[in-house]
Amino acid sequence: MTRKIRVLMAKPGLDGHDRGVKVVARALRDGGMEVIYTGLHQTAEKVVAAAIQEDVDVVGLSILSGAHMTMFPKIRKLLNENDCGNIKIVGGGTIPEDDLKQLLAAKDADALFTPGTSTDDIVAWIKENVEI
Amino acid sequence: MANKKIQQEYDRWYKEKYSQSKERSAEFVTVSEQPIKELYTPADVENLDYERDLGFPGEYPYTRGVQSNMHRGRLWTMRQFAGFGSAQESNQRYKFLLSKGQTGLSVAFDMPTLMGYDSDHPYSEGEVGRCGVAIDSLADMEVLFDGIPLDKVSTSMTINGPAAILWAMYIATAEKQGVSSEKLRGTIQNDILKEYIAQNSWIFPPHPSMRIITDIFEYACNNVPQWNTVSISGYHIREAGSTAAQELAFTLADGFAYVEAGIEAGLNVDDFAPRLSFFFNSHMDFFEEIAKYRAARRIWARRMKEKYGAKDSRSWLLRFHTQTAGCSLTGQQPENNIVRTAFEGLAAVLGGTQSLHTNSMDEVLALPTEKSVQIALRTQQIMAHETGVSNTIDPLAGSYFVESLTNEMEAQAEKYFEEIEEHGGVLRAIDKGFFQQEIADAAFAYQKAIERKERIFVGVNEFVDPDEVIEIEILKIDPAVESRQQQKLAELRKTRNNDLVDNSLKAIERAASSRENLIPLIVDAVKAYATLGEIVQVLKTVFGEYKEQPRF
Repeated sequence: MTRKIRVLMAKPGLDGHDRGVKVVARALRDGGMEVIYTGLHQTAEKVVAAAIQEDVDVVGLSILSGAHMTMFPKIRKLLNENDCGNIKIVGGGTIPEDDLKQLLAAKDADALFTPGTSTDDIVAWIKENVEI
Repeated sequence: MANKKIQQEYDRWYKEKYSQSKERSAEFVTVSEQPIKELYTPADVENLDYERDLGFPGEYPYTRGVQSNMHRGRLWTMRQFAGFGSAQESNQRYKFLLSKGQTGLSVAFDMPTLMGYDSDHPYSEGEVGRCGVAIDSLADMEVLFDGIPLDKVSTSMTINGPAAILWAMYIATAEKQGVSSEKLRGTIQNDILKEYIAQNSWIFPPHPSMRIITDIFEYACNNVPQWNTVSISGYHIREAGSTAAQELAFTLADGFAYVEAGIEAGLNVDDFAPRLSFFFNSHMDFFEEIAKYRAARRIWARRMKEKYGAKDSRSWLLRFHTQTAGCSLTGQQPENNIVRTAFEGLAAVLGGTQSLHTNSMDEVLALPTEKSVQIALRTQQIMAHETGVSNTIDPLAGSYFVESLTNEMEAQAEKYFEEIEEHGGVLRAIDKGFFQQEIADAAFAYQKAIERKERIFVGVNEFVDPDEVIEIEILKIDPAVESRQQQKLAELRKTRNNDLVDNSLKAIERAASSRENLIPLIVDAVKAYATLGEIVQVLKTVFGEYKEQPRF
């Protein structure tokens, strides 16, 4: 029997809008994954430490406050520095189109899901792109 | 007797006629999954007693409105929530909005300000000026309201954990303009309970937070008598995913908790209750929203009078601001959001709101541009001046459907009040995660209903444009705001009288440990240019910090 995909869901920054992250966390759990949710107000360092400690395959970041251009690159860099470049970063929130393209092109995020995305699509993307 | 006859006729009609026709849906429900019947008749409101349940506008139980003339006398305040970047940029936006006919200000602070951190704190990185304006000290507040006479406008400030500090800065700014605090009109949101329940911008644990709020009640009563000291907010509860009935019940329960806290602090209910105001969401289900507002007024009036013994009729009035539902907007085909917002705004006006923010079409993508916020404001102006909807008071009263739904909303709220009581009250229910779990469950159910297409979301799960290119302009915040704000702060720390600052902070610390009212000391500290972060930090040393228990 294969193990379950492990996902760390995190809310970096000071923003408290957690409706999206909670709905997605629940959908991933219903989709058969192990989900760890950090809760609010995480720094990039805390997110990376939790990802390593929990030995996850995916880090899911929910950002609505506009800090996405700071947080995604920082978390990618910290994961790489800790030999965790294999961990996928996915994200969602209020992220304008231009920023979204830039984050994906720079590989600071592997996939971004903006409002209106079906949770089934998120589950499907993770299952297709994460090897366990 | 008459109703019995109607019911018999209804049953006959249903059997002979209605049941023969085909329905376009298996079930008809509101946005909140409240089942809706095919037809309402007098039999649905047979126990409605006009005088007891509706009465007249401006009279108990205020179901038909809090003023006797409502919007025939004065239109609601048009108050667009705005703030971004630096105090100077936001000041320009306020002047722009006032020049376009907005009638009140509403300040959006950035995340560091909401959480009580200065712009140079490591936690503020990447967030300064992004979701609102960055305010570190009185120096920023002075710029924010430069050239705006504070005796002429009313200002609403969305601030909760550090509400006392921002309010003190506002009072001090007014004083510098030569405006005494008795003349100030406005609102601090200051609703910490809904922060623990839904919005999550908390700082201190519940008990000290409630103490700060009762200090504000007392100070306002003596010094800032026209100020609304709490805007008890269902808006965020709804945005976090609650149903309309949950929004109604949890918000009113929070309101009653503030009333009880004030009474326990030794205040006379009629000294502070008239300055409590409310803030509701207006979602897409037109009638459900209207019923929610009408039920809210009736429940508040009844409890304030009967349970809390308030004697001043102003304590019975539920006055409220409304914002259209951010969560109903779509990133897809964003122009459609103008239409959604107009319907939601109309529900708020028909529900008797005192103040309204209509969302801009691009708010799901970024903060609004000048153009989009102007369209949003024009939406209100068109509603007010062209549609005629505010020419008579509470025009939907007597509708079998609306009255039945209003009763239903009240009954559902009462059921929640009992449940909250069983948990040991609002604070205990927060500790147990009761509200948080109820809301998370409702949010998940709503999302699933959309994904299963049980609920049509235009442009998202139906009527989709697969090759859509979004062509509206997006407001960009200059990342340099952060470093400029940090420089300004460094400059302030060098030039102010730091001994005065230290002494004022020590005085706050002493008062926090005793029962002395904190507000006069906070006013002194902000006048000495102590920063928001410094004052919050000193309070944290006494009060500690709140820790959530994350659940999904």
